[in-house]
Amino acid sequence: MATKGKDALPPLPDPQALSESTAALLRELVAHLRQNRTQLREEWARRITRAQLLTAMTEEEIFAEATSVYDNYVEALETGTFEALQAYARNLSERIIPRGVETHEVVGIVLLLRDVLARSLFAKYHEDFDKLNRILDAYEPAANRIANTVAVGFVQERERIIRQQQEAIRELSTPVLQVRERLLILPIIGVIDPQRARQLTEQLLRAIRTNRAKVVVIDITGVAAMDSNVANHLVQTVEASRLLGATVIVTGLSPEIAQTLVTIGVDLSEMATVGDLQGGIEEAERLLGYKVLPLEEVTPKA
Amino acid sequence: MEVPILKQGHYLIASIQSALTDADLSQLREALIERVGRFRARGVIVDVTALDVMDSFAVRTLRDIAHMARLRGAETVIVGIQPEVAFAMVQLGLTLKGVSTALDLEEGLLFLDQQAQLRIERGTGRIDRG
Repeated sequence: MATKGKDALPPLPDPQALSESTAALLRELVAHLRQNRTQLREEWARRITRAQLLTAMTEEEIFAEATSVYDNYVEALETGTFEALQAYARNLSERIIPRGVETHEVVGIVLLLRDVLARSLFAKYHEDFDKLNRILDAYEPAANRIANTVAVGFVQERERIIRQQQEAIRELSTPVLQVRERLLILPIIGVIDPQRARQLTEQLLRAIRTNRAKVVVIDITGVAAMDSNVANHLVQTVEASRLLGATVIVTGLSPEIAQTLVTIGVDLSEMATVGDLQGGIEEAERLLGYKVLPLEEVTPKA
Repeated sequence: MEVPILKQGHYLIASIQSALTDADLSQLREALIERVGRFRARGVIVDVTALDVMDSFAVRTLRDIAHMARLRGAETVIVGIQPEVAFAMVQLGLTLKGVSTALDLEEGLLFLDQQAQLRIERGTGRIDRG
């Protein structure tokens, strides 16, 4: 997955292009991190638990992921390249987002690792302040870059999932159902954004023409809330349907939506409404000239 | 481009075949109103099935036709508005408020028959769901 232009960070100086001493320092740093892998990882996992992060995961899971993150971290420090880390970050995010892990947790644990490794450097080089400074000069840009990469990777994965879910919701395309000759029902469920509203309207108009519908019942029982945009879309749908010769009956307005419509001053003169779907269908049948009778009345009496 | 106007019983049917200029539309309006008077028509159907697009002038002309026809004793029905056209119209706020519409020619004729029937019943003071 390529990063978009505006998200791409400037590349770190190529390790080969770094001065010999800096490259040597990085190598020394990486060797130290590999040597002390076990203790540093454990220290990190302890800090994660103490900071009460990743509470959605078990200790075993945390330790397993910690191992992977640690190794990828050190690898990125060593190679100076971040594609592998990016890929890992995305992969990790894909796994932990459904578990309910939040952004602040991911950023938190990466920063904790940064701290744990920095502390170990202080411990190792505390007697040679000058060397410590040089090691930190090599370590800090790389460590910051890593933290950035992981956090951004996580956020991008979240955004990808959100987009995917939005698509899925949009594609929960409400079917337009014919329940009688010339009578269509359009049950609307969920959140209506402008795009979905447009899609519903187009779908309905085509169905009116195909089924030669004279009455349409639009049921909005399943619509939780309506703002002025959606309300206007509804009014437009009613008017457009009328242009195709169909009468629209809107049913299932909740008290909240009824209040919203009145408050925002939507022109309701053209919109026929009935309390519930049953009432709406009965009204529609009446308009079409149907009369529904229980069977006893139809059977002739002796 | 002149729009053919057919007479069917007491009804006039104008079938628009292709996109019309503003001049064509005005001419259609004059022709229809003239014929409503000449033939004492009771109904007018304007079929816009062939139109992919209707601008504000076209919509206003149709409204004018309906109002003028009513003043001369005829009911007007606009038929054949395409889904895409209807959608565009409502988005642009071009309404045909107060003008009857129907899906197609068949529905339009049915509608005019029903209206005529209702007028007769009102005239005789008898409500009879025929």
